[in-house]
Amino acid sequence: MVHLTINGKDISAEEGVTIFEAAKQNSITIPSLCNFENIHSIGSCRICVVEVEGAKTLQASCVTPVREGMVVHTNSKIVRDARKVLYELLLSDHDTDCLFCNRNQHCELQRLGRQLGIYESRFEGQRSERRIDASVSITRDLSKCVLCRRCVTVCNDIQQVGILNPQNRGFKTVIGPSFDLPIGSDSCSFCGQCTVVCPVGALKETDSTQAVWDAINDKTKRVVVQVAPAVRVAIGELFSYPAGTSCTGKLASALKELGFDDVFDTDWAADLTIMEEGTEFLDRAKKALTGKHTVLPMITSCSPGWIKYVENHFPDSLDHLSTCKSPHTMLGAVVKSYYAEKIGVDPKDIVVVSVMPCTAKKFEIRRPEMMNGGYPNVDEVITTRELAEMIKSAGIDFDSLTESSFHKPLGLSSGAAIIFGVTGGVMEAALRTVYELVTGRELPFENLHVTPIVGLEQIKEASIKFENVLPEFDYLEDFEVRIAVTNGLAGAKILMEQVEDGTSPYHFIEVMGCPGGCITGGGQPRSKDTDIRKKRMKATYEEDESLPIRKSHENPAIIEFYNEFLGKPNGHLSHELLHTSYTKRGLYNELTNERYVIDAAEHAIPKTFDHLSKVRPSGEETEDYSSQVLELKAKNAKLREELEDTLETVEVFRRIIVDMHGSNR
Amino acid sequence: MKVVETRPDGKEAVLTDFSEINSLIDTYYAGRRDCLINILHAAQSIYGFLPAELQRFIADKLDIPVSEVSGVVSFYSFFSMKRRGKHTIRVCLGTACYVRGGKKLVDHLRKSLKIEIGDTTADGLFTFEIARCIGACGLAPAMMIDDDVYQQVAPARLDSILAKYKDEKGVEKA
Repeated sequence: MVHLTINGKDISAEEGVTIFEAAKQNSITIPSLCNFENIHSIGSCRICVVEVEGAKTLQASCVTPVREGMVVHTNSKIVRDARKVLYELLLSDHDTDCLFCNRNQHCELQRLGRQLGIYESRFEGQRSERRIDASVSITRDLSKCVLCRRCVTVCNDIQQVGILNPQNRGFKTVIGPSFDLPIGSDSCSFCGQCTVVCPVGALKETDSTQAVWDAINDKTKRVVVQVAPAVRVAIGELFSYPAGTSCTGKLASALKELGFDDVFDTDWAADLTIMEEGTEFLDRAKKALTGKHTVLPMITSCSPGWIKYVENHFPDSLDHLSTCKSPHTMLGAVVKSYYAEKIGVDPKDIVVVSVMPCTAKKFEIRRPEMMNGGYPNVDEVITTRELAEMIKSAGIDFDSLTESSFHKPLGLSSGAAIIFGVTGGVMEAALRTVYELVTGRELPFENLHVTPIVGLEQIKEASIKFENVLPEFDYLEDFEVRIAVTNGLAGAKILMEQVEDGTSPYHFIEVMGCPGGCITGGGQPRSKDTDIRKKRMKATYEEDESLPIRKSHENPAIIEFYNEFLGKPNGHLSHELLHTSYTKRGLYNELTNERYVIDAAEHAIPKTFDHLSKVRPSGEETEDYSSQVLELKAKNAKLREELEDTLETVEVFRRIIVDMHGSNR
Repeated sequence: MKVVETRPDGKEAVLTDFSEINSLIDTYYAGRRDCLINILHAAQSIYGFLPAELQRFIADKLDIPVSEVSGVVSFYSFFSMKRRGKHTIRVCLGTACYVRGGKKLVDHLRKSLKIEIGDTTADGLFTFEIARCIGACGLAPAMMIDDDVYQQVAPARLDSILAKYKDEKGVEKA
């Protein structure tokens, strides 16, 4: 333990912790901006500076470790003044059109300004040019960027994709892809983790709420909405519920209030995915065990960011991916075929909206593969954050909503589907079904949880042996399925390198592109709670355990759907509607012409806001005025110099006169 | 790996493949990522400039993101993504040279070469840059062409200095 004094208070802290952490543990808050606990501490913004007695300069508390006997002041005048100047300098190159910013009122820079008590910005100078780079999934607004580099850490160190990095130098520095490429044409996986950590409005999901409002207001359209499993355990946070509160019932009610015609559950399609994917795996295993050609390990395909990552980084290994579409595109395909027929509506008049914890899903629905009969499976994707905005903007009081259930027939789901939202969940759901199909017995784990693959570790593995199988699966007798589960693209990279080298020991791999799985996806509420993953994961498993049906193949809605429409899993119709293929892209998209850039003009600031810029003194006037001042100052300096010279000369003459006078005497 | 580049004069030039830098990275730098800056210097001296394809090649080779490589290239003014001329003119604009008329040299060169700072003449002969002090303050205003330093340059002398390098080209042609 190290003993130190902060603001006159004697405290002790563990060796190695920073001043910032030690202060926090003792209920002293140091204002900060770039620091993000457990993720990113590089001291780039300097807002968290503190005075350390004996140190020459102020120290950034988020990177300065505590030392024995240290005396720290976090709130002295020099510190307060320094923070103020630092903040104002940040603002001097920040586009302060807050009213039109997506982060208005939940912006960390705004909050910091209030915290520091800043009501003016004294520094006016050159400003970075406004540049908006919109892709179908993520939009960058460089005039808002404060160069905190949280996104750089997330993109390079956590996800290890390395799309965002500082480019250029000094005032011209921007955080962006190589060669100033638009992000939609680079090999970004669109995981959106950068949008979760961005403190300001520089990185965000590309807005789809307007398109959804337009669809709802279009009376000729039947608007179908569906919600992903991870949304229900997180959206409550945006309505002041504690993290880890499950809001399924209220969520369904809110969607009905918003005016959607059908409120379905992506969980239904998750159960469908298990039927298809489980069958696909058994098929591949059978081929492998009977000496036929097949590709193992099979890898799950529910996470579109992960899919794009493989297409960019491992384009020669696409046949390892399950051919199953992701659950929400499956549901979209079913709505525009089975359900359209059932309700007698032309699929062209149906708009499918997906509420997803994900930014990559916005990209996924624009893929040419995700279409059937000329119609996209899903028309719009909004994130959890966007849905909360819509609910607030519609004036719906989320808290007072009564709970309701999803509409039939695509609204009933099992517990297995709920856990699709958390790392390990897809695999567990698949095993619950596959094991029982093969052996006729329940998966031999307490409470059906495959404990080795539950948790937040980067790579988890397990193996399960099939014994005493049913006669039709005799080829699987004594077969030990080796499985691996990973969350986050850095872990996926490790597993994929094994696959490429041919050293992968696994038969079945689950990958979710975001660390923790969908519960902390790129479209989820931003949270600084370091336990956020655990809380949302707990809520997910609780919801699973609370349901009467816990296995996908026992979902009566799924059984009925197969009887009525598809026939059997992996049948002809399944392949047409629910399975897909992938595109080789290559690390620099050199293998494809597909790009996902949105024309910047579409996202330009509307002309109607032009008058606002005129409120500020226009550039020309300022220049005139400042040049006059400069001219006068220069004249003044010159006159002073002349005066000094003259005085000097007078002094010299005076001395000469005195000397001469003296010598004469 | 062949790369075709359109030169300022409109002609296409084939950049040779990257085997030279490839073997250099293997043998001399042992594929070490922390040698990135040295490798980029070596690559620029071999190929004259660092086009996107070359940066991607180096990134792949070292298994680092290309955004990191381009970040380094765009940070240091010594690295160039544009094809460079046969000779590089660097006019010093350090404090001493600036005061003694370095700016006039820049203006004169801009007019006589018909290019802006950082650009290369259409004939591919000169790349024109400014330098932040070349350590020849006593000789101000100073400039360098390649490795030769010219001291106390007056704008009137510039044309004769440049002519020397133009003649060279003539000799080469013959």
